Amino acid sequence: MNARKHWFAIREDLSGQRSWLLGLCSFLLPLGIWSLVSYTPWIWHPMVHISDPGGVAYFQKDMLVEREIFNKENAFMREEGKSEARGKPANPIYLPAPHQVVQAFITAFQTAPIRRNDPWLHQSILHSITVIFYGFTLSAIFGVPLGIICGTFAFFTRIIEPFVDFIRYMPAPAFGALMVAFLGIADAPKVAIIFIGTFFQMVLVVSNTTRLLDKSLLEAAQTLGATSKKLIFHVIVPGILPNLYRDMRILLGWAWTYLIVAELIGASSGISWFINQQAKYRNYDNVFAAIVMIGIIGLTTDQILRFIGHYLFPWERRN
Amino acid sequence: MDNLNLPSYLEQEPDVKARFEKIRQRPVVLEVQHLGKIFPGADGDIVALHDILFNIHRREFICVIGASGCGKSTLIRILAGLDYPTSGQVLLDNQEVKGPSPDRGMVFQGYTLFPWLTIKKNIMFGLKMTNHGYNYAEEQALQWIDLVGLSNFANAYPHELSGGMKQRVAIARALANRPRILLMDEPFGALDAQTRSQMQAYLLQIWRNVNITILFITHDLDEAVYLADRIVVLGAHPGHIQEIIEVSVPRPRNPDQFLTPQFLATKKRLEELIHPPEKNRHEDLPMIRLTQLGDEVI
Ligand SMILES: Nc1ncnc2c1ncn2[C@@H]1O[C@H](COP(=O)(O)OP(=O)(O)OP(=O)(O)O)[C@@H](O)[C@H]1O
Ligand SMILES: [Mg+2]
Repeated sequence: MNARKHWFAIREDLSGQRSWLLGLCSFLLPLGIWSLVSYTPWIWHPMVHISDPGGVAYFQKDMLVEREIFNKENAFMREEGKSEARGKPANPIYLPAPHQVVQAFITAFQTAPIRRNDPWLHQSILHSITVIFYGFTLSAIFGVPLGIICGTFAFFTRIIEPFVDFIRYMPAPAFGALMVAFLGIADAPKVAIIFIGTFFQMVLVVSNTTRLLDKSLLEAAQTLGATSKKLIFHVIVPGILPNLYRDMRILLGWAWTYLIVAELIGASSGISWFINQQAKYRNYDNVFAAIVMIGIIGLTTDQILRFIGHYLFPWERRN
Repeated sequence: MDNLNLPSYLEQEPDVKARFEKIRQRPVVLEVQHLGKIFPGADGDIVALHDILFNIHRREFICVIGASGCGKSTLIRILAGLDYPTSGQVLLDNQEVKGPSPDRGMVFQGYTLFPWLTIKKNIMFGLKMTNHGYNYAEEQALQWIDLVGLSNFANAYPHELSGGMKQRVAIARALANRPRILLMDEPFGALDAQTRSQMQAYLLQIWRNVNITILFITHDLDEAVYLADRIVVLGAHPGHIQEIIEVSVPRPRNPDQFLTPQFLATKKRLEELIHPPEKNRHEDLPMIRLTQLGDEVI
């Protein structure tokens, strides 16, 4: 064996074992910090969870009060000679502990909605996924070909990209009100927001990816008899496919960002509706559970897509 | 080399002379007529090529040699139809060249294999582009793969191959289309010395077994003399023809000929043309002293 590579070698791959370990740490580390803040009484914990209100008239059992107020009231009680309030250090309600979120995660799926007509959590999630699916698919159906055309012909770069660039700078949610006016309050405006949010970026990203294809491949193909149309379908498209696929994975992530806004316009729905609703009831553990859920869905889809990509593009496999 | 008593590079043995006589009888495949190329640049136009004039006969092996930047790539790109001349024209079988076409195959210095296609599919590419059926294309491709000795790699992807193997595939890919002429722009420039000489021997073998005319660009003098029937020597600024040399080394060529008088004489002539003596390369360069060590260590 040659000398062991150290952990911080510039642009060197780490061994599979180390990669796995670091991947695990990338989740365990934040979880560790969260647990530390949640379970160690002397770290942060700016509140006190009252277990016995003692002589303080307005304290109640299970109430959360700020530590300063708690100390002040107790000092006051001591002077008065009354019984002091007792309680444990606690974090604010908006920072539930990991185990609470895990519990909420499980119960959220099993708990019926508070109002009878409201959807269950899994229904909300399914609804969100549907909106993303339609928005992103529509966007890809038009955005990918247009991007390829822009990246291939300078004519279309010049005539399309400046305007696309202009719209791209307008935040997609700004179109919310307009979309409701055009498309009503059901799912159509939400799909439209996802479309607007991803389409214009997609045209530019795909066009750029297309331009990055090595020109000498096109020249080689031409000397082998490829005409314009064949160049596009036999060289440009297959040539950019792996990068295009990677672009789509990144843009799909953006679609989730726009979803959160999209779901709040018109009749609010889906997972963001669930989050807002739970926040209103101050069920912050449920809020965290839903946010984590979005992360899990995103990460899982991306990993599945990556796995599929590995098989779709065998020539991209190195080592 | 200078103090060796070499014959003139122009001296040809009878059979070599007879061979050139025969070549001249053959029909002309490619005519390069007063070719000029000017690139408009920010600080004035760059004349890349000026009045390039030569013919290539059927099954001839022509090398083009010249210093870096003298317009070799520009010339071959115009011949391939990938670039346009600003004056003059190129005729292939008396037809003016007006763009890339499969009748002029090209092998580039960078390996321009399609990474998403297997070796077999890469070689089939040209045949598919020229509307041949799949079965015919596959059959042809397998033959070419055999010819370049890569039968075990038919279903491998280009990234699994070494540089020399990739260039063999590139040659097979260009030849599968049965071009009239094969254009090669420093195809072995990126290979190590050993692979390079293997590839040269390989190319000569292919050239003997396949009915093909070759125009080969290089800046390696040995390579040019070893491969070529005639060598077109380009000079720089602007790119122009200095001389067209008939190589007097007899065929078939083999690496043992590298030290024969004819080989050395031709090489010496090339050396003179490409590195003219008036430039005096051996004069000391003005240089700052960067070491404390005295001259006694050198
Ligand atoms: N597209 C271009 N635009 C402007 N100038 C160019 C262009 N292509 C080549 N040139 C110029 O033309 C001259 C010849 O270039 P060329 O690439 O043909 O040289 P070369 O002989 O192939 O060099 P090398 O041995 O380094 O490959 C150079 O001075 C170069 O700067
Ligand atoms: Mg060059």
